[in-house]
Amino acid sequence: MLELQNINKSFDDKQVLFDINAKFEPGVPNLIIGASGGGKSVLLKCMVGLMKPEKGNILYDGRDFVHLEYEQVKEIRREIGMLFQGTALFDSLTVAENVKFPLKMFSKMNDSEIKDRVNFCLERVQLGGAGEKYPAEISGGMKKRVGIARAIAMNIKYLFCDEPNSGLDPITSRVIDDLLLDITAEYGITTMIISHDMKTAFDIGDKILFLYEGKIRWQGSKNEIHSAGKEIKELGAFIASSQI
Amino acid sequence: MKFFFELGRYLLFLRSMFFKPERLSVFVERTLHEMNNIGVGSLPIVAIISIFVGAVTTVQTAYQLISPFIPVKIIGTIVSDSSLLELAPTITCLVLAGKVGANIASEVGNMRVTEQIDALEVMGINSSGYLGLPKIIAGLIMIPCLIIFANFLLISGGILAAQLTGIMPPNEFIQGARDTFTFFTLSVSMTKAFVFALIITSVSTYEGYYADGGALEVGEAGTRAVTRSCIFILFFDFIIAKLMLNA
Ligand SMILES: Nc1ncnc2c1ncn2[C@@H]1O[C@H](COP(=O)(O)OP(=O)(O)OP(=O)(O)O)[C@@H](O)[C@H]1O
Ligand SMILES: [Mg+2]
Repeated sequence: MLELQNINKSFDDKQVLFDINAKFEPGVPNLIIGASGGGKSVLLKCMVGLMKPEKGNILYDGRDFVHLEYEQVKEIRREIGMLFQGTALFDSLTVAENVKFPLKMFSKMNDSEIKDRVNFCLERVQLGGAGEKYPAEISGGMKKRVGIARAIAMNIKYLFCDEPNSGLDPITSRVIDDLLLDITAEYGITTMIISHDMKTAFDIGDKILFLYEGKIRWQGSKNEIHSAGKEIKELGAFIASSQI
Repeated sequence: MKFFFELGRYLLFLRSMFFKPERLSVFVERTLHEMNNIGVGSLPIVAIISIFVGAVTTVQTAYQLISPFIPVKIIGTIVSDSSLLELAPTITCLVLAGKVGANIASEVGNMRVTEQIDALEVMGINSSGYLGLPKIIAGLIMIPCLIIFANFLLISGGILAAQLTGIMPPNEFIQGARDTFTFFTLSVSMTKAFVFALIITSVSTYEGYYADGGALEVGEAGTRAVTRSCIFILFFDFIIAKLMLNA
């Protein structure tokens, strides 16, 4: 379980996040929905430690990520997988080498076990045949899937996805959503998905969090949205309409 | 102010690299890969430059020293001494700052702007150490080798030019070179090689690592890596000369 307590983050004089409090459960996708510039990416970067909030705690199963020593932070990071908005695949490595990378760095497996694991992860995202290709040679949707395969190569407990659907056509987008949904349930991962797509939210979001101008405006399950107040629905509609 | 900020950040960056590598085998593999990139990849350009600089220096020294009172073998002495002391280390490293430095800065800068460095960090890898340290170690091993090679070719270029233009036969040139050769001049050459190697690899990794923005900024980081490396090389060239030769 991942818990955020009073997260505040600013750049120079501009405050971007205001007192963010939330809890995220394993096994179900948690969605963060918000308009552009609302602080979604900043929140995600704080959660994985790429940025440090001025105030607040981030608890990974009770371990306070913000205030740990670097060595302990690294321990927690072995449990984290992240799918970047631009995929951030290593472009000097092939698809298979990308997936192999975290295993080669950290796992105690031998070479043949690593090879099996890489094949398994690539099969899992339906990219069994693309192992020898370089990231520059595959499509955007395939890159996202390689990103997912790399993220799950180690047995992770937390998965962070920054706009997994951006720049994809609706069908590919749906494939990625389903994949994330399946993986989350299958391995009991705590998955955080950033999106600005309300459709994604209703399709796969179990817990949904509206972030607007750096503040959480509403959080709850998708069933609760239907019974939520008018202004929440309007905010949702506004967020949906403000997107590219 | 900006200067001190950058200097401080550069020193912190250097310090941040010295962590125990996550996997020694990966580290060694990466270092060998960088040695190939930096060393073997730079052989042709270093060879061409050294031969020509040696030839030109010989011809020009001969032009300045034509006099019946001066034995021609002095030209060999001057060319070999200036090769060891200045031409081979400094010119080679200025060229390597352009070739290796720009290459490193754009590689690392590209990794920064496409979030590959963030991806390393999220995995729990010390990104500055993972990217920078193999390059610095590879530079410290290969650039001195390249300088020895450059010294050799520079003097060979001189001998060749002296022979072809009829200034003097090779044995006389070599005699002149031997007259004043000491291990001390060689050690000056090697001191410069190590210091310049550290400057080129660390400055350009630093510039790439802190590139911020997009493709344009990566290009700018490359340019900055080259100009700053060159300035530092010339500055330390002077310091080393002053400390070692002018005590
Ligand atoms: N490194 C930074 N330095 C200064 N300001 C930043 C930095 N990163 C983000 N910001 C600011 O924080 C605010 C929130 O940015 P963020 O990237 O989190 O938005 P977002 O919700 O992810 O939007 P989008 O949907 O467009 O990706 C923006 O106003 C942005 O200008
Ligand atoms: Mg964003």
